[in-house]
Amino acid sequence: MGKIASFLTATRGKNGRMDWTDWVSYGYLLMGVLVIFGPVLWLLMSSFKDEAEIQRFPPRFLPYTQETIEVEGYDTPLALYDIVAGEFEGRRLAQIRRVGLVAQMVDPNEPDVRLKVDIADREAIESVGLATENYTELFEKFSFLKFFWNSTFITVVATAITLMVNSMAAFGLSKYQFRGRNVMLMIVVGSLMVPQTVVLVPLFIVTKELGMLNSLWGVIIPAAATPTGVFLLRQYMLTIPDEILDAARMDKASEWKIFWRIILPLSVPAIAVLAILSVIWRWNDFLWPLIVLSENENFTLQLALNSFQGEMTTKWSNLLAMTVLTLLPIACVFFFLQKYIATGIASTGGK
Amino acid sequence: MAGVGLRGVRKSYGAVEVIKGIDLEIAHGEFCVFVGPSGCGKSTLLRMISGLEPITGGDIVIEGEIVNNIAAADRGLAMVFQSYALYPHMTVRQNLSFGLENVGTAKGDIAAKVDAVSKMLQINELLDRRPKDLSGGQRQRVAIGRAVVREPRVFLFDEPLSNLDAELRVDMRGEIGALHKRLGNTMIYVTHDQVEAMTMADKIAVLRSGELEQFGTPLELFNNPTNTFVAGFIGSPKMNFIKGHVDHADRAMLVLATGEKVALPATGFDQKPGQNVTLGIRPNDLQPAPSASLSMVVRSVEQLGTDSYLYGGLEDGTAITIHSPGQTQVTPGEKIHVGAAAASMHLFDTESGNTLRIS
Repeated sequence: MGKIASFLTATRGKNGRMDWTDWVSYGYLLMGVLVIFGPVLWLLMSSFKDEAEIQRFPPRFLPYTQETIEVEGYDTPLALYDIVAGEFEGRRLAQIRRVGLVAQMVDPNEPDVRLKVDIADREAIESVGLATENYTELFEKFSFLKFFWNSTFITVVATAITLMVNSMAAFGLSKYQFRGRNVMLMIVVGSLMVPQTVVLVPLFIVTKELGMLNSLWGVIIPAAATPTGVFLLRQYMLTIPDEILDAARMDKASEWKIFWRIILPLSVPAIAVLAILSVIWRWNDFLWPLIVLSENENFTLQLALNSFQGEMTTKWSNLLAMTVLTLLPIACVFFFLQKYIATGIASTGGK
Repeated sequence: MAGVGLRGVRKSYGAVEVIKGIDLEIAHGEFCVFVGPSGCGKSTLLRMISGLEPITGGDIVIEGEIVNNIAAADRGLAMVFQSYALYPHMTVRQNLSFGLENVGTAKGDIAAKVDAVSKMLQINELLDRRPKDLSGGQRQRVAIGRAVVREPRVFLFDEPLSNLDAELRVDMRGEIGALHKRLGNTMIYVTHDQVEAMTMADKIAVLRSGELEQFGTPLELFNNPTNTFVAGFIGSPKMNFIKGHVDHADRAMLVLATGEKVALPATGFDQKPGQNVTLGIRPNDLQPAPSASLSMVVRSVEQLGTDSYLYGGLEDGTAITIHSPGQTQVTPGEKIHVGAAAASMHLFDTESGNTLRIS
């Protein structure tokens, strides 16, 4: 902890004084933090606000909830207000309903008497509180777990297939000499330049003909082999000395065994990078699942998020809560594996 | 009898021929060293024997069986690589047992063999470490251990000592020699270092640009080199070469480029008057003597205490090295006379470089 603290408060100026470069660099870094974390933090805060609070203008940073009270004769809890002006000044009343500029209110102690109050005269009693029902509703009203499972299944299976297929292709392209090897590599790398949207229609037709529409496999299979992955792994595998493979051949290892026992373990840094990238790609993928999956029960989280946005209304509170839950796995992946990303990319693509 | 035979073995990469037909018979149990300057094809030849490199022509015979089309794994050989090529992600134990696992050896047998070999090579303390935690010498031992544990018919070494420091190299040289005595297997060893070749080999094959220059025991090569290349390559420091021609008047005399005359050691070869020849004298055969016929200017002197080396040149600039035992009084800049016994001289044809037999 002490180390982190001293790192975070390090200055160029001596004796704890701030050099002008310290002001500039800390200012710059702080701005970066704000730009990057600001929206995420706002999202997190908003996901705990109820619908009314989200719509409120001007917006407030912290989520507030209005205090409510159970009043005899009313089914739902009523919102509490302090009356600050007019006839009932100084009293604390519960609102039954609001009609135009006038609110119908009731004193919790005298539930039978209805009072009419000018809405300008009341002031809501609020406190900081979390609208957790945004989250619980996801599980109760929407089949969040189903979407989550779909997304997880697609991500895990697609990543496993991607790693398998790409590493085998990369092994072939990096460690075997054969006619057409370079042409093959050029085609693979060249396909990086074709945007997905261009091949969307043919890809859709192929997927349809193979009968994979509206199934999770239709999302998984077409995107399994990625040129980026093949290229990334190939570049890394080129750095594994051929002598090690020769040694394994002298040790009577089959080519499959060389791949499985020598190449794969030695390529772990690159494979980790690809795994992380693949998880992010699959998890965040929107366009292709949107095209392939049309039935609600096959929706991924991203599609489910999209479906919250109706033509007429958008249920922002649930949408934001679900967005937070959707972000969490990716954030965890980054948090725990970021050192692999840095070292892996440094030792593969960047060189 | 795991002898290895090469019969007219060739290798080309496209139009470039790198091994130009080599014939060689290595008897069972022999320690054979392939030596030559870098790029001479010695490592390629070794890889061809191992099966890692396909051959373009000729036959490779191991134990009387032509193995041209047998995969490297099935030739029953083991190879120690220049870079050691240990599996970096495996412990020493796993490195040693990997080959045995691949041939389906029982777990108990593997453990026993790994144990025995690691004790023999004194790496039993290191079994649970990974290669990156070992020193160069230790890695070398593990690499050798990995070869030994599989009990191959023939061992192949590809410049195994070139990454070690000088002291360790001398130690490991001795150990590999001892290993050969203990195991009695055929070993083929590639090096560019003629000292390694001389000290370790039963037989040396000297290679130059894909061709076999000479094959024989170390002393055969030293005493009777077939040409200037072998003569210059074997022996340290290098043999001195002095150009000259056979005297027109007296075929028994040699006129050197400097104009000095030297009596030919013998006239047993079919020499012609005026024929260009090269005289070869080893540095330790050339000694300062006041009455000797060659005069040289000493440029630098190395005093090693027990030995001294004089470097200098003849009048026409031909470089001369003298290795004399003991300490010398000669100082740089001095002009001295040197000579050699006739019996220690080598005579080569200047054009072809081949030895002219002196009988």
